[in-house]
Amino acid sequence: MRDERKLLGILGVLVAVAMVTTLFSPSFVSAYNIENLLRRSALFGIIGIGASLVIITGGIDLSIGSLICLVGCLTPWLITVVGVTPWLVVPALLLLATLLGIGHGMLVTRLKLQPFLVTLCGLFIYRGLTRGILADNTVGFGTEGSALRSLGNGRIHLPGIDGFALPAPLVILIVIAVISWLLLNRTVWGRHLKAIGCNETAARHCGIAVDRVKVGAYALCGLLTGIGGLLFVLDTGSAQPSNFGNFYELYAIAAAVLGGCSLRGGEGSIIGVLIGATLVQVLRNAIVLIDGIPHSSEFAIIGGIILIAVIADEAIRRFTTTTKSLKE
Amino acid sequence: MTSSGPLIEACAVTKRFGGVCAVDGVSLSIRSGEITAIVGENGAGKSTLVKLLCGVHRADEGEVRIDGQAVAMKGPADALSRGIAHIPQELELCDAMSVSQNLLLGSEPIGRFGLIDEDQCLRQARNALEKVSLEIPLDVPVQDLGHGQRQLIAIARALDGDARVLFLDEPTATLSPVETSILLEQIDAMKTAGAAIVLITHRLAEVEQVADRVMVLRDGHPVASLAGDEIERSEMVRLMVGRDLEPIKEQETTSGEVRLLIEDLTTSAHPDPIHLEVRAGERIALAGLVGAGRSELLEALFGLRDRTGVVEVDGITVPPFDAARSVEMGLALVPEERASQGLALQMTVEQNAVLPGIHRHGRSFGWLKRRAGEEVAKQLVENLDVRPAATDLAVSDLSGGNQQKVVIGKWLALHPGVLLLDEPTRGVDVGAREELHQRLMQLSKDGVAILFSSSEMEEVLALSHRIVVLHEGRITGTLTTSTTSEEQVMALATGGEPK
Repeated sequence: MRDERKLLGILGVLVAVAMVTTLFSPSFVSAYNIENLLRRSALFGIIGIGASLVIITGGIDLSIGSLICLVGCLTPWLITVVGVTPWLVVPALLLLATLLGIGHGMLVTRLKLQPFLVTLCGLFIYRGLTRGILADNTVGFGTEGSALRSLGNGRIHLPGIDGFALPAPLVILIVIAVISWLLLNRTVWGRHLKAIGCNETAARHCGIAVDRVKVGAYALCGLLTGIGGLLFVLDTGSAQPSNFGNFYELYAIAAAVLGGCSLRGGEGSIIGVLIGATLVQVLRNAIVLIDGIPHSSEFAIIGGIILIAVIADEAIRRFTTTTKSLKE
Repeated sequence: MTSSGPLIEACAVTKRFGGVCAVDGVSLSIRSGEITAIVGENGAGKSTLVKLLCGVHRADEGEVRIDGQAVAMKGPADALSRGIAHIPQELELCDAMSVSQNLLLGSEPIGRFGLIDEDQCLRQARNALEKVSLEIPLDVPVQDLGHGQRQLIAIARALDGDARVLFLDEPTATLSPVETSILLEQIDAMKTAGAAIVLITHRLAEVEQVADRVMVLRDGHPVASLAGDEIERSEMVRLMVGRDLEPIKEQETTSGEVRLLIEDLTTSAHPDPIHLEVRAGERIALAGLVGAGRSELLEALFGLRDRTGVVEVDGITVPPFDAARSVEMGLALVPEERASQGLALQMTVEQNAVLPGIHRHGRSFGWLKRRAGEEVAKQLVENLDVRPAATDLAVSDLSGGNQQKVVIGKWLALHPGVLLLDEPTRGVDVGAREELHQRLMQLSKDGVAILFSSSEMEEVLALSHRIVVLHEGRITGTLTTSTTSEEQVMALATGGEPK
């Protein structure tokens, strides 16, 4: 009940923002714009799901943007500069991202370090590593890897519809979302993940292998971030180590929180994260489209809207609990 | 069912924390088909001994044997896989999750494709609840339930597993008499079915009723081991305390002015208007079953919940839902759950002691007056005999009874005119309980008005002048303690007419 009401609220905000934007700039609903919006939302949705899995345990991952930079820059670099076949590069980098996630999880569970600190160090280290390896040079695919690139920038034409095609990342997101939803809501692992976020001591007393479940969450977050980094660079075609993926962890966390994840842990829904990711992208899009909003103030507007959404959510929650107790 | 050897035994186990020896060379054998009770004052080492047997702590000396084999358990999960379940005193449930999810946490049935079998979950959850005779919907989050119901869920969960040995740490401390008797019956049935049960409790009447063996601990040492007819209440008390407790004699106190006046009070938990007066020197008990609305009433009076109606302290009206103002007007509330509501566990005794009146102990511009804080804490430790008598110790290092003394003491430092207490001696041993009772009697002699709730009939009858009985949020009767009986209170508490 509670979760559904939360979802409705955030969906309402999304619809409202979309309608206002259409009012001020009709090109918002053009096929071209919608397609782009879906592509961006799908990419951020993937990393949002990763972030939410860690947030549900009561943790946080700040290294997402830097890990995207690492994977996103190494992919074209390995293929075009070093000359490794994409068939090896993709699995190797996804494995690397997963292993880094496992590393975060081990530091959090075995050494009992705080997730914030562990991943803050990751944020510095991965970006620094990438910039060091590439000496701050921009890398691109050039003419290579066009088959691979269609995963990121590909368009799947629908029969009978001209001018609009499904972006390939959207299909990948849907697959990932369905698997994650099942994992979170229908498997023992997902149940235990939520229980740990709710009350870690209780989970331990129930004989749950808390550490293993947590490491799994960080590993999945690493893997999804790796997939995200890969798709981002396949879409854009080139990457600059000093700014590729900058602040993406914050977009991912914002998507998760808007979608109903509590930073205290224990709560979160995949559908909510998808709506949250879309909302953030619609906002960014609206700022570009609507005349009179200075583009440079993007962060202020996004921050403001998120704050309003969170306040509204809290207000609704209080209102419903009061009316409920009054009825009783 | 073979009752040849002990299922689990402690062989001369010793556990030290820092320089303190919490358990010193204790040996204990636990057999199937027996209920073993461990009794002792707070800090006697009961919980530590249990934690050694459940794999939470590792013994410094001696060993733990399961089925005759020495084992080194790696934690609660490992213990559980060996059939050893532990229900801790402080309840551990996942508040936001549903009843059925909590009941099956860690043992979810798996159906097709490796997914959770939801139908099976509901069936098993229903069965588990039947065992403790609890009828509640399976899909409500446990945070919406009362404490007694939550306790029963934790117990139902342990009963449902394949536990051969069940450790229950103060299982009845928060239960109503009805719930308690259901639980004791259940424990007895499990024993007959061949389980080994270890009971840690301060309620010696229950020990007398169900235990086959009793181990008495004092200061970490085994003092005595009783069996069968030797299990007798006054004997246990003598062994625990190391001296005979004298029953409290109190001089008649004359009631003075009305200090707390309640008129037309209603809250979301109290549909009918409540009227009540508490005079200086008077102690009034709130009795009732779990869910009767006792805690809610105390919280509403203190300003932690919204209410309507008039509340006056010494003739001055107290604004509703404003706990800070209530404190200024001389109200104090000792809450039900000391760990979550009463104390900042990681902070020291001194830091906790000055919390309620921090602005009074402080100086201008919000700077803390260190000297004054030390003075307050030192007096608290002295007046209430907190042991060990150190003010710089983290509260989490104290035993339950001593923690409770800190909670009560921090309010007494403000000299409240009206003292509200919710379960003032829950989980507190006989010795410390006696001290706390004496302290409360002293306070009423000094003119403090006391309103307290208690689930323990004995405490209600021993400590109060009058008893206000609640049933589902309504006052069903007010009794004068000197002329009433346990039966009368129970009749009112269950909603019936007094005989």
